[in-house]
Amino acid sequence: MTQVLVAMSGGVDSSVTAALAVEAGWDVTGVHLKLADTPGHLQVQGKGCCTLADADDARRVAGTLGIPFYVWDMAEEFQRAVVDDFAAEYAGGRTPNPCARCNEQVKVVGLLARARALGFDALATGHYARVEDGRLYRGADAAKDQSYVLYMLGPAELERLRLPLGRLTKPEVRAIAARLGLRTAAKPESYDVCFVPDGDTAGWLERRLGPRPGQVVDTAGRVLGHHRGAYRYTVGQRRGLGVAAPTPRYVLRVEPAAGRVVVGERTELAIRTVELERASATDGHGLRPGRAKVRLRAHGTEVACRVVPLNGPAGGGSGPSPSGGARDAPAGRVRLELDEAVDAVAPGQAGVLYDGDLVLGGGTVAATGPMG
Amino acid sequence: MPYLDYAASAPLRAEALAAMLPLLERPAANPSSQHRQGRAARAAVETAREQVAALVGAAPAEVVFTSGGTEADNLAVKGAVLARPPEGRHLVCSAVEHHAVLDAAAWAEAEAGARVDPAPVDRLGRVEPDRLAALLQPGRTALVAVMAANNEVGTGQPVAAVADLAHAAGALLLCDAVQAAGLPGVDMARDGIDLLALASHKLGGPTGVGALVVRAGTTLRPLLHGGGQERGLRSGTLPAAALVGFGAAAEAALADRQTNAAATLTTLRTRLLSGLQTLAPGLQVNGDPGAVVAGRGLEVGGAPAPTAAGLPGLLSVRFPGRRAEDLLLLLDRYGVACSAGSACASGAVTPSHVLVAMGRDPGEARETIRFSLGHGSTQADVDETVAAVGQALGVLAPQGAR
Repeated sequence: MTQVLVAMSGGVDSSVTAALAVEAGWDVTGVHLKLADTPGHLQVQGKGCCTLADADDARRVAGTLGIPFYVWDMAEEFQRAVVDDFAAEYAGGRTPNPCARCNEQVKVVGLLARARALGFDALATGHYARVEDGRLYRGADAAKDQSYVLYMLGPAELERLRLPLGRLTKPEVRAIAARLGLRTAAKPESYDVCFVPDGDTAGWLERRLGPRPGQVVDTAGRVLGHHRGAYRYTVGQRRGLGVAAPTPRYVLRVEPAAGRVVVGERTELAIRTVELERASATDGHGLRPGRAKVRLRAHGTEVACRVVPLNGPAGGGSGPSPSGGARDAPAGRVRLELDEAVDAVAPGQAGVLYDGDLVLGGGTVAATGPMG
Repeated sequence: MPYLDYAASAPLRAEALAAMLPLLERPAANPSSQHRQGRAARAAVETAREQVAALVGAAPAEVVFTSGGTEADNLAVKGAVLARPPEGRHLVCSAVEHHAVLDAAAWAEAEAGARVDPAPVDRLGRVEPDRLAALLQPGRTALVAVMAANNEVGTGQPVAAVADLAHAAGALLLCDAVQAAGLPGVDMARDGIDLLALASHKLGGPTGVGALVVRAGTTLRPLLHGGGQERGLRSGTLPAAALVGFGAAAEAALADRQTNAAATLTTLRTRLLSGLQTLAPGLQVNGDPGAVVAGRGLEVGGAPAPTAAGLPGLLSVRFPGRRAEDLLLLLDRYGVACSAGSACASGAVTPSHVLVAMGRDPGEARETIRFSLGHGSTQADVDETVAAVGQALGVLAPQGAR
């Protein structure tokens, strides 16, 4: 019997994932990842993905399904790979995607390696995406599609990843949970960054990085105002600039070394090229020159583009490495020439390439530019 | 299905179950009621009180029944602090005490103006009386807490020596004997203990009951107020059936001690350790659970001979390079029940404060598994466990090789 480890966050999606894995006839073991050391009484009830209540919910669902259940302390890995990285990226003037980072370092790739080491055949997660014939596709529920945060997976990982929710919609998942009497059936969604439970990222960064006051300037270098920390700003941001101007101003760039936030008109946000670093392809053969559609925001629209590899074939996923945990393949770098201008995205965000529903791969936005 | 997690909870003894059943089947009665059913329940509870007192060398009137070991420790720590004036609220707790003591002391520090000094331990987890003595503040120290034997590594403590030091400074001695009350056993009078915490289920009684044994003449403030049961120290209707099970388990545990069950357990433990060492030559034993395994390759770093009896059925071992979480998962799949040294509220394995106090780094502490044997353990349990560990080690590659 296929031995499958299921990552159970305590939410409805991973609860149903575990239930469907049991229905599939697999030998299922549930595991909840403890990602924070925050004492229970300091946590905000029902928020975030790693509260004590969530561990209890996951345990209860596992009990209902009659599967073994364990809690693994991955707080150190999470702290190092996701939380510290999140702060460092903001401090460096970028806007990271912590969920992609977490999937890459902890939840999927890291957990797959542990599952393999323990003799499991596969890992199942509650992501809304599909794996078919070893390739990664969008989930059937367009509103919930999470293929965007899984772009970094390669064939070694995809072969062993099971995504039972890929063909379902969220209402269908909730209906299954209700039919099975799972405690988590009506649990609300979590949208925020899980380690910033109150949603106040700027406040979290300020506590962590300390105040780093600086200037808000226009593209000519004129000082328009002052700020408490460049890390409070992200490209495209309009609110909270503290600048009086006849027309709305937007953050064009963040220059942390100079402590400067550069603002300008909406039209100045327009970009036509994007450079991705740490780029990888889901087929393991590197991103190839050609046409694709790129998604630059988790739920943003997609733009047609031309893919131009800059340093030879980009490394794909973890390549042939059987460990599945190798993120140190040669960093691929590609330029995307967009068919139409879009509003700038912040460096640090993910850029994910699609061919229809197929995820070709992606990378981290390193730079953007006005023209190809 | 070998069960080697007695230190977490021991299986209910047949004697305890047999003693409880008549009370569970009989019409309910409150031991405080003045009718014949109430008197019968009271008589049963008082028999239990005598059985528990006999286990620890106390008088029955000194036994205060509680909901378990945690409540007993809390009543001792908070009750002793609150009974003293604010300037006399200094506490000394060994660094390897159970969280029921350490967290109650931390509460007293945060909420009742107490000051807490942790007493360090050596590499085997033993309290060092000289270093503890230096922390005492005569006239100000209210309580010294040193457990009889540690629940994670089994190391026994020099309780009598610490009691003398505590008394010389005008302090009470709290001894958490939750693990050691059966084997190797404690004695209130011999060891100079003022407050002694017990839990029924570690002895093979039911969960949900325990006791704080309070030496006559000791002043404590109660934490639970109400009907004034237990001489006003612990209000609440006495759970007669559970207490009868507790008493029966205490009596059986005392009989075990008198028939030298410790030697039987030590033999089993030695067999377990030998088997594990064959599988994992780099294995390290944590703490000093008793002299009987010395000479069997117990790595005690050339330390002097043990000064106190530890837990004969407990074996805490570190498998270098193997995460305890991973081993536990595989052992559970194979039907073997044991545990890591410590788990947090969520159930995750966390670096144990005991192992860290003994000088292990957190990474090493995460590689520790605790096997604990008890009254129902057999040689077959041990042999099946060794086989399962061998199977698990075969699956797991050393972490460095990944």
